[in-house]
Amino acid sequence: MRVKRTQAVLAAVAAAMALTLGACGGGSIQNAKQPAGGKDCGDLNMAVNPWVGYEANAYVVGYIAQTKLGCTVNYKDLDEQVSWKGFGNDTVDVVIENWGHPELQKKYMASKGGDGTAVDAGLTGNDGIIGWYVPPWMKDKYPDITDWHNLNKYASLFKTPESGDLGTFYDGDPGFVTNDEALVKNLNLNYKVVFTGSETALIEAFRKAEENKTPMIGYFYEPQWFMSEVPLVKVDLPKYTPGCDADPTKVACDYPPYPLNKVVSKDFADSGSPAYTLVKNFNWNNDNQNQVARWIAVDQMDPTDAAKKWVDANPDKVNAWLKGTGVTS
Amino acid sequence: MTAVVTAPRAARHRPAVVEMVLEHARLWALFLVVVVWVAIWAVTQGQHTLALSASAITDTHRQLQDASNWVEDAASSGSSAWVNAANTFADWINSVFEWLQHIFTVPEFPRPLPQIGWLGTIALAALVTFAAAGWRSLLLVVPSFLAFGFLGYWTDSIDLLLVTGIAVVISAAVGIPLGLWMGHSKVVTAIVTPVLDFMQTMPSFVYLLPISILFGIGAAAAIIVTLIYATPPVVRITAHGIRTLPAGVMEATASMGQSRRQRLTKVELPLAKRTIIVGINQTMMAALSMATIAAFIDGPGLGQPVLDGLKRGQLGTSFVAGIAIVIMAIMLDRTTTAASVRVEQASRADKAHTALRRGALGAGAIGTLVALYLSHNYVWANEFPSSPDLGTPIRDKVDQFGQWLLTDVSSLTTSIETNFTEKFLNPVQSLLADSPWFVTATAIALIAAIVGGMRALLFTAVCLAGIYYLDLWNFSMVTLTSVLVATAIVVLLAVVVGVWMGRSRVVDRIVRPFLDAGQTMPPFVFLIPIFILFGPNRFTAMVAGVIYAAPVAIKLVADGIRGVSTETVEAAESSGTNKWQMITKVQLPMSRGSLLLATNQGLLYVLSMVVIGGMAGAGALGFDIVHGFRNSSYVGRGLAAGISVVLLGIMLDRITTYGAQRAARSQASSEGITARWRRVLHIAPPPQVSHG
Repeated sequence: MRVKRTQAVLAAVAAAMALTLGACGGGSIQNAKQPAGGKDCGDLNMAVNPWVGYEANAYVVGYIAQTKLGCTVNYKDLDEQVSWKGFGNDTVDVVIENWGHPELQKKYMASKGGDGTAVDAGLTGNDGIIGWYVPPWMKDKYPDITDWHNLNKYASLFKTPESGDLGTFYDGDPGFVTNDEALVKNLNLNYKVVFTGSETALIEAFRKAEENKTPMIGYFYEPQWFMSEVPLVKVDLPKYTPGCDADPTKVACDYPPYPLNKVVSKDFADSGSPAYTLVKNFNWNNDNQNQVARWIAVDQMDPTDAAKKWVDANPDKVNAWLKGTGVTS
Repeated sequence: MTAVVTAPRAARHRPAVVEMVLEHARLWALFLVVVVWVAIWAVTQGQHTLALSASAITDTHRQLQDASNWVEDAASSGSSAWVNAANTFADWINSVFEWLQHIFTVPEFPRPLPQIGWLGTIALAALVTFAAAGWRSLLLVVPSFLAFGFLGYWTDSIDLLLVTGIAVVISAAVGIPLGLWMGHSKVVTAIVTPVLDFMQTMPSFVYLLPISILFGIGAAAAIIVTLIYATPPVVRITAHGIRTLPAGVMEATASMGQSRRQRLTKVELPLAKRTIIVGINQTMMAALSMATIAAFIDGPGLGQPVLDGLKRGQLGTSFVAGIAIVIMAIMLDRTTTAASVRVEQASRADKAHTALRRGALGAGAIGTLVALYLSHNYVWANEFPSSPDLGTPIRDKVDQFGQWLLTDVSSLTTSIETNFTEKFLNPVQSLLADSPWFVTATAIALIAAIVGGMRALLFTAVCLAGIYYLDLWNFSMVTLTSVLVATAIVVLLAVVVGVWMGRSRVVDRIVRPFLDAGQTMPPFVFLIPIFILFGPNRFTAMVAGVIYAAPVAIKLVADGIRGVSTETVEAAESSGTNKWQMITKVQLPMSRGSLLLATNQGLLYVLSMVVIGGMAGAGALGFDIVHGFRNSSYVGRGLAAGISVVLLGIMLDRITTYGAQRAARSQASSEGITARWRRVLHIAPPPQVSHG
């Protein structure tokens, strides 16, 4: 994301440029002045995990860190596994939206028996929901499809050449938590799980299913900007109770709620950087995230511009996040 | 009816009728194997298939996971000499890259802009091009650079050029000496070749994670990932260049009593120079093709906007960045090709011409200095102008096109997908994957023996044993099915389009740029449109594989058809053969070597798309590899899947290579094929070479 950094630095010195341009009467290049709030912040290495909701969080926090705290924000496009690994050698400071990942916690969080390079930095305020979804037209035509008991009744609708006599159930990005193979087996459903292998594939499939009114059922999640384009309908699986998913091969209940949290490197948490205080304070709701994510994905705004638009419109929230950093907007 | 008359005539030209019979004997044997296989499948299907659920992990996978964890721990503890060496190397690459970035793309505080902006960069590129490849190449290079900016990706383009440049320099520094050594020693060749095979067939997703752990997140890891895939071509082609030096020259110089060192620097290197540049050209193309993959670990450059587009479901964004990559690939390919031609011309140039060139070069250097000065000091010459903006209109048009595909076309295409999968793909897959594993294994081994002989049988047995041991037999057979069916389509396309191109220069001129673009456009770019058309499934993954593999196969066949000597064609014409007979009785049989080579390359190119297939709904091995990259609990299984892909690749390569050699022995000389192969390696057509 070098472009973004370049643009951001350019923005930071725009004022200085404007002054010197007038003075010199030409387009000559002058050195920048120290940005306004440039004390103690230094670099902020922000991992950008590969989904748009994450980008929304990352660029909003990054934009505030850059413009209000004077940090140099480095956005790094990495997936979860690589990001967490980066905590250990200070190449990554912040993962700004974490979906559980017990296997990574076990490896890197001291409280879970890991090496202690990762620490929790509180909730983002976003509630993650994972589940089984159908396109809205199906709910209209088959109102009882949202009860899992009726899924076998409709299985033949979902038949594709991928699943033979069974219904096709589409799974998404293999990085996301899934129990779907076990669920299909333990709930005795006449379905076969087909792995689309990426979020893009899943979204395009749902979009196409709604557009052409073809049957489809698959794994999906909220918060997700796509929901505002096609409001998928959740199918009710047997209710989640704590511990019902303890044995991954015997799961027969819905996914647990995922209160999404922030994870930072131990060194960053101990650094006393105002950016850490900002990250810790950061908290917003699913609508906020979907709004910014939609600007990025659907309106094709540059993530930094989308972040600026939201920050400018929500000074109260931003001020609350800046509490304790010594800076106010 | 005339076909009946001319067929025996064609046959009579062949030296041995016995050979023809033998040829048919092999076909009959193949037929028999398949019939018996189908018969056994009919009664035993579904038994002993070794199917494994997508989330299961076996002991073998656990062992691989432990091994990988051990390496990871060793890498992060930082105690061993190896790890220290890796860190030093990574630091060195990172500092070189950062230094270059501060010059060209990223400002260093307190300077608000990079040291040299667009004007200086273009002037510098033009000067280097003029010096290395001549003024004609400027007509390509300067507009290409301008296009990077107008498309809106100036910084990403230059970053990608820097990454590619560093990777190519290191590849050449390591690869050329290694290639020279291989060219001289059979032992070295025997040791290095399997390593190169492994480097080229191992899906990069398998080593993305370990590399970014060992070398840290940053440009260095991206460059090293690129190196692994991009170094083999320059090694292989350099070795090939040394091996094929004319024996007469070598003997003559040996008799003059030169030392080995003299012989290397005075004779071998100058003579093999042009081939070595072809090797560098190929390494450069391979490095560019890694741009998108490297972006998965934050590799700088145009891969990032391609992935951004994919992540955000924006077809247009990916496409525009993809175009910039295609432009860059074509620019680098044509320029290095021109440079290699120039290497030969330079030695023959006369004095007056040399003086003129020196003068022009001097003037160019002064102009470049002026541009550098302006670019360093003035904003207008540093920051690329934001208009004209070509990127946005193209992006919007492409997005509209995507919408049109979704609303108006996709229900039609879905029925194509359904029919093909049900009538063709599923039965073939059932035969391979639902037969008991030992039946499938025996059948493949027999086919290998019939097509490629004992050596192919040996390789096949070893590879199949490996796949069995890795516990992913069933998924391997599903993947193998997709690869075989996709290759069949590729070969079909190659014959149809290749013959058409081979017979007409005009068609060749029109079609070839599209093939170049298909070969260099990152496959991730065309994933979204084929999702729209066909949805996520095995068919979609196959289509992606076909789009990627068809260009090279088509070019091989086209060049093979053109390679048929004009005398033969004229002789056939004078004896009254019509167009159809010409193709089927003369041109296709005469270019059988190219056809087999096209099959071989088609297989390997399709196989290299297995991982992308895994992201497109194909499941099987490709999915396991992505799973291993995305989820740390499945690293071991991902590794097993990666090795299974390598084993499949080596098996298919050996069967077809030995098969092609057999066919070649009975027909054209193998040298003819290698020559043709070398020409097709270029994405560009070489200047017209006359055959015969």
